[in-house]
Amino acid sequence: MAEKQSNGLVKYFLIAISVIFLFLFLVLPLYVVVTEAFKKGAEQYWQAVSDEYTVKAILLTLEATVFAVVINTVFGVFAAWAVTKFRFEGKKVLTTLIDLPVTVSPIIAGLIYVLTFGRQSILYPLLEKYDIKIVFAVPGIVLATIFVTFPFVSRELIPVLESQGTDEEEAAALMGANGSTIFRRVTFPHIKWALLYGVVLCASRAMGEFGAVSVLSGHLRGKTNTLPLHVEILFNEFQYMPAFAVSSILVVMAILLLIIRSIIEHKGKKETEIR
Amino acid sequence: MKKRILSLFLSAVFAAGALTGCGSEATSTETAVQDNTQAQTEESKDVTLTNVSYDPTRELYAAYNEVFKKHWQEKTGGSVEITQSHGGSGKQALEVANGLEADVVTLALEYDVNAVKNAGLIEDGWVNEFDKNSSPYTSTIVFLVRKGNPKDIHDWDDLIKDGVGVITPNPKTSGGACWNYLAAWAFAQKKLGYDEEQTKEFVKNIYKNVLVLDSGARGATTTFVENGQGDVLIAWENEAFLSIKDYPDDYEIVVPSLSILAQPSVAVVDKVVDKRGTREAATEYLSYLYSDEAQKIAGDNFYRPSNPDILKEYADVFDLNVDLVSIDDFGGWDAAHEKHFDDGGIFDQIYEN
Amino acid sequence: MTEKKLKRKTKNVRVIPGFGLSLGITLTVLSFVVIIPLATLVIFTAGMSFNDVIMTVTKPRVLASFRVSFLTAFIASAINTVMGIILAWVLVRYDFPLKRFMDGMIELPFALPTAVAGISLTALTSDNGLVGSFFAKFGIRLAYTRVGITIALIFIGIPFVVRTVQPVLEKLDPSYEEAAGVMGADRFTIFRRVIFPEIWPAAITGFGLAMGRCIGEYGSVVFIAGNQPFETEITPLIIMSKLQEYDYASATAIALVMLIFSFLILFLVSYFQARNTKMIQGGR
Repeated sequence: MAEKQSNGLVKYFLIAISVIFLFLFLVLPLYVVVTEAFKKGAEQYWQAVSDEYTVKAILLTLEATVFAVVINTVFGVFAAWAVTKFRFEGKKVLTTLIDLPVTVSPIIAGLIYVLTFGRQSILYPLLEKYDIKIVFAVPGIVLATIFVTFPFVSRELIPVLESQGTDEEEAAALMGANGSTIFRRVTFPHIKWALLYGVVLCASRAMGEFGAVSVLSGHLRGKTNTLPLHVEILFNEFQYMPAFAVSSILVVMAILLLIIRSIIEHKGKKETEIR
Repeated sequence: MKKRILSLFLSAVFAAGALTGCGSEATSTETAVQDNTQAQTEESKDVTLTNVSYDPTRELYAAYNEVFKKHWQEKTGGSVEITQSHGGSGKQALEVANGLEADVVTLALEYDVNAVKNAGLIEDGWVNEFDKNSSPYTSTIVFLVRKGNPKDIHDWDDLIKDGVGVITPNPKTSGGACWNYLAAWAFAQKKLGYDEEQTKEFVKNIYKNVLVLDSGARGATTTFVENGQGDVLIAWENEAFLSIKDYPDDYEIVVPSLSILAQPSVAVVDKVVDKRGTREAATEYLSYLYSDEAQKIAGDNFYRPSNPDILKEYADVFDLNVDLVSIDDFGGWDAAHEKHFDDGGIFDQIYEN
Repeated sequence: MTEKKLKRKTKNVRVIPGFGLSLGITLTVLSFVVIIPLATLVIFTAGMSFNDVIMTVTKPRVLASFRVSFLTAFIASAINTVMGIILAWVLVRYDFPLKRFMDGMIELPFALPTAVAGISLTALTSDNGLVGSFFAKFGIRLAYTRVGITIALIFIGIPFVVRTVQPVLEKLDPSYEEAAGVMGADRFTIFRRVIFPEIWPAAITGFGLAMGRCIGEYGSVVFIAGNQPFETEITPLIIMSKLQEYDYASATAIALVMLIFSFLILFLVSYFQARNTKMIQGGR
């Protein structure tokens, strides 16, 4: 009896800590964003949000996010497969290299692309000859976005695949199944939730990326400004209310993403229960 | 089957190895695919210009671009589309030097335009290409204090008093902050009889009172205005006026006895306009800045028009009696930069030990 | 890896198909996105002599910035690790109202642009802000100090540990704990002996990723830091100011040092992880 009571105490204590922590570090900053965004009323809010440049920034952000998610998902699945299903030398170095982009300062991430494709680069004459613009244009933004979200999908998949082991795949292979069948039938059911988490993580990070994109974009209004950069520009114009209004779009996009995730998860888990 | 996969893998490894080894030619093919969509947006029969500028000129160019569009239409019958880019002056110069395609640059300092020149994009002698050293408008450095001036700040020597919190951006990351620093230096020099050591001590004491060293001018304004830090903001005159306009009851401007003539520079980026065939429009864009109409826009946006007649019309706005030194008193930008802001220069020494 | 060796290895045991394809794609994408650009950084730094590099990165101001960056990143990541484990535990094991809401919010720090996070947090923690004014009564300044930097970094790093520990806890079979409980172990012992060994590799991974991310963070920190040399100046800001001075060599040299640290942190993490997996497998 006493045991149970203290159990409950611990439970509520931990819940309380979590709630307080999230309240202080997540809810309050969001509260600032939302109150500032609506400071001058809904009409002004709508005006800021439907501004021509804001809409262009939303489209560009979506474009970069979609590119990043697709490429990183394809990469993540293959990388996770390679790392967990086979033994080979240099695996640790490989996984470290995959993780590295998360920990590279966004400033450096932008810098390396400027150095690789900018006017200082040995590649530049070649790029100029074919009139290919990478830095200070959309491809640079897409590349930077891919870079900063690079490991998110593989990071989620690798632990799951690792704990699952290789027995099932080996069995399937011995029974003559080919690669794609094994993946579809055996591996995929194990990783689908992790994959979903990875995609969501990747997409939300891609939307919010600021530092690397800022170095690479050139801030051309209406052309290479993503939403976070547009927010920065508005701030620098002393337009605080519109800046927070545009930030709130990102919050809404993130929340939409999380709702979609919950729906997929909910449906999926129900299905497995029925089976 | 197995063999095919193996060979595929090997070729991929070798391709990767070759790429990392010698700097990669194949990169272009990959990026070319991504890039096709990009190129076609440019080049229709009407002109498009890109103006790479610095932070506080947004409102100015937003207004000027409208006027220039009309002017261009009347003059040539064509239309012109102007894309603006704003940011820290040094950073903007750097991006142009690294391949950001700007037809014109309108930056905070001659030094930053020279950086673009040194990258081989602008020809020598650009300073004389337009009137008044290619500075169509000027500004100066003033103090913004809280209403009623509770700390009684009137001149530079009030900034070294105990208990005065100063907000100014970092000259290392903000072109505008170089002007702040040099104005303080010029004042101290004059007051202390051009004694280098004492001048340095004076400036050092100012920076001792600096509470927050923001990375840019607008960040510093936010720190002072929105977050209520410090007692005095050293700011561009036009920024200070903008803050007053937004919060007329909270702040006032104090003009020190001596300040500096800040001359923002404009230039046509020769390499880019020759490549894109926009020289005529780019040159007209900058020279029209000197027209009466444009000069008035500058004045309305709290920049001092470089045309003295127009400047007089704004005599009730600007304090025209302030003693202004110019960058020439420091021996030009290159000398000033080397002495004060380069690695190990006086600004660094102020913060060491 | 030589061709011969590879062939021999491939012949060995690989029953599962797709090794060549998956590793090939992995390496190709990795090269384009990560290795080539990073190699450029190394090449640019190689233009400097070794002595110059050492000189640049050991200047007192640069060293001080390393100290600030590492210290704040470490504290923030440590706090996030403890809180991350608690949060993951609460989200997986307990049922309570608002749980779904809490769970859904974890990723928001990723989506909110770091600059917005920095500005909001500064507004909250400055002397006249909602939280800052409370602490100001006791003479404690939050914004424009190292505490402010740490607060910003905690915000940035929240998702890492939670999201790495959560899946592991979800998979963990409660029957072990029950068994241990039946055998008379108290809850602390159960946690230490049964649960902790399972989740700590995940927690360490999360810690490493959060730490790496925090060391390099720029957007949010510049607003809240105050940026005073030797006190609250972070390394990425120094890199930024070197770039403004057109001093690519110094910027890349400092960047390279940070990169090496990031690499070391991640390598240590994967080393610990590997050792841990071996331990578990060996015990079986």
